[in-house]
Amino acid sequence: MKVAVCVKQIPDPALPGELDPSTNTLKRTDKPILDESDSYGVELALQLVEAAGGGTVTLVSMAPNSEVAGLRTALAMGADGAILVSDEALAGTDALGTAKVLAAAIKRAEPDLVLAGVESSDGYTGTVPEQIAAAMGIASVTFAKKIEVVDGGLKIQRQTDNGYDDVTCPMPALVSVTGGVVEPRYPSFKGIMAAKKKPVDEVGIADLGIDASEVGQGGARQETVAVVDAEARESGEIVVDEGEAFERIVQYLTELKVI
Amino acid sequence: MNNRNVYMTDELQAIYDQTVGFVAKEVTPFGDAWEQDGKVPRSVLQKMGELGMFSLRVPEEHGGLGMGMLASATFSEALGASTYAGFDVTVLVHTDMSSPHLVNGGTDAQLAQWLPGVLDGTTVVSIGVSEPDAGSDVAGVRTKAVKDGDGWRINGTKTFITNAVYGDLTIVLARTSDEKYGLSTFLVPADTEGFSVAKKLDKHGWRCSDTAELVLDDVWVSDDQLLGTIHRGFYETMRNFQNERMVLVGMGVGSAQAAIDLTNKYCQERAAFGGHLFDLGAIRQRMAMNQAKIDAVRASMYHAAWLSDSGQDNVKEMSGVKAWGCEAINQVMYDCLQFHGGMGYMRESTIERMYRDARILPIGGGATEVMLEEVAKRSY
Ligand SMILES: Cc1cc2nc3c(=O)[nH]c(=O)nc-3n(C[C@H](O)[C@H](O)[C@H](O)COP(=O)(O)OP(=O)(O)OC[C@H]3O[C@@H](n4cnc5c(N)ncnc54)[C@H](O)[C@@H]3O)c2cc1C
Repeated sequence: MKVAVCVKQIPDPALPGELDPSTNTLKRTDKPILDESDSYGVELALQLVEAAGGGTVTLVSMAPNSEVAGLRTALAMGADGAILVSDEALAGTDALGTAKVLAAAIKRAEPDLVLAGVESSDGYTGTVPEQIAAAMGIASVTFAKKIEVVDGGLKIQRQTDNGYDDVTCPMPALVSVTGGVVEPRYPSFKGIMAAKKKPVDEVGIADLGIDASEVGQGGARQETVAVVDAEARESGEIVVDEGEAFERIVQYLTELKVI
Repeated sequence: MNNRNVYMTDELQAIYDQTVGFVAKEVTPFGDAWEQDGKVPRSVLQKMGELGMFSLRVPEEHGGLGMGMLASATFSEALGASTYAGFDVTVLVHTDMSSPHLVNGGTDAQLAQWLPGVLDGTTVVSIGVSEPDAGSDVAGVRTKAVKDGDGWRINGTKTFITNAVYGDLTIVLARTSDEKYGLSTFLVPADTEGFSVAKKLDKHGWRCSDTAELVLDDVWVSDDQLLGTIHRGFYETMRNFQNERMVLVGMGVGSAQAAIDLTNKYCQERAAFGGHLFDLGAIRQRMAMNQAKIDAVRASMYHAAWLSDSGQDNVKEMSGVKAWGCEAINQVMYDCLQFHGGMGYMRESTIERMYRDARILPIGGGATEVMLEEVAKRSY
């Protein structure tokens, strides 16, 4: 079984991030890390290949400056190799452009299944996975919490507000994985050392047959016009308990229609 | 971001990050319970074993990664981030103070017998050198091994032996000749007849690390349990001293950095005199100096490790950083407790434990004064 996993390498959320005031985009100068929300996809991919009794897990990432630091983490977990798209022309590419680029890169791996996170932890558009599926002309299922291969197709538990739906779909398909549904494995020390020797196939947009006019700032149809601070949260209501506080809390919850 | 240095490759950085991440999730949240129990659960050690965390110094042909002192420096510093030095030392005695003797001196048969368990954490190893009457003066070892048939009969007492209450294998240094340095090392499994834990020692710090007083009462071991060359045990034991010193500094640097970070945070949040403690020049300047001290210890340690990895003698450098580094770590812990005020004196505060834990560093694995002699001897 061949699984491709989209992984984003993002600025470390533990460090204070900064926006570039000229483009309103995140500054990406420090060494990036693997987006945690993609680590679940990597884990599921490894489990699926193990369950299938063999196959490959190929990572696909688009990142500036030939960055591989985040990829190495996923390679150390056990992925077999990576395709990295890095090209100066990609600076400022919007979600749709990113999806087209990733779709072209993923095709090189000829996967049976493509996994992605629901949304990245730095951009949060939450649209790229489905756009990739559309660009590739394959089926897509969102919010997966469990994936199984059954009779040559996929059986997926798709998370909903109230529980989950059982969904089936043919392969190849793209499935976006809900964060936290599996425990991503720790890379072993051996895995860390082996990761350096695993193949990372670096390509530019020309290798993917994509014209520079379709991507980058120029090709973007989405523009961040302004950035404003989030509204500060107002402090909540404090209920002082003089024996009847529960009544006020019950009333409050009733108003909210949660009980 | 403090670990970056010129010696750190991407792989070492990944090992550092991975270890820090592991201890944050698998160690620190449970440390208080382990301190109460006086031991680190074997399940955690086995989990580390599964992840290859005991493999850095084991040669590749025996399933390890065959790395050098820089790897141990990185690993020990990362463990220090746990803030539970008793845990750190449990691991490091196994990986860096005991099993290296096996790796350095073991026959193929001994390595095949013991290394798989060392790697996966099912065989926890300890090093039995110190005795009631022989600590800094290793040549004063009195435990005696006498030839007896196809093996050796050993009698004596060992004390302050880390990992020996719950461990599986002790590497015992014993006298095999009347010559001053006529010592040899033996592999003694915990279930050997006559080999027993006389006392589980009660300590000032490192409370989740188990420390034993051991009695060897007519213990018989076969010839193939002799480790290394007969009568050369003193020199063979010394061979690992620089590494042993280094990992004590490494775990100390990691914990001092954690102490600095948590103290800075505490002082930045603690309201006083219309601002916060960290606004006070006396405090911010002292904490800045503490950071500078730890940065310097860290840099010296990695440098001394690099000397060894590049084939150069590092006894002067490593002894030096063991001496002043461990003193500096204690000065830092003193200040960190001081700036926590009364809270720092409370058992419930992290810094109170870290302060206690650090006190052993200038004593164990070569006391400061002994280390300074090593430097002095090489200074003319
Ligand atoms: C918690 C703990 C764990 C330990 N774990 C182990 C273990 O796993 N295996 C093991 O074999 N040992 C272990 N030890 C023993 C440790 O290595 C010794 O305590 C250390 O070597 C010092 O020896 P000593 O305690 O006998 O002190 P002494 O040798 O009696 O020295 C006392 C003090 O005298 C001073 N001093 C000593 N020699 C000199 C000198 N030449 N010049 C100037 N001053 C000097 C120093 O200040 C020293 O602290 C452990 C000790 C402790 C406390």
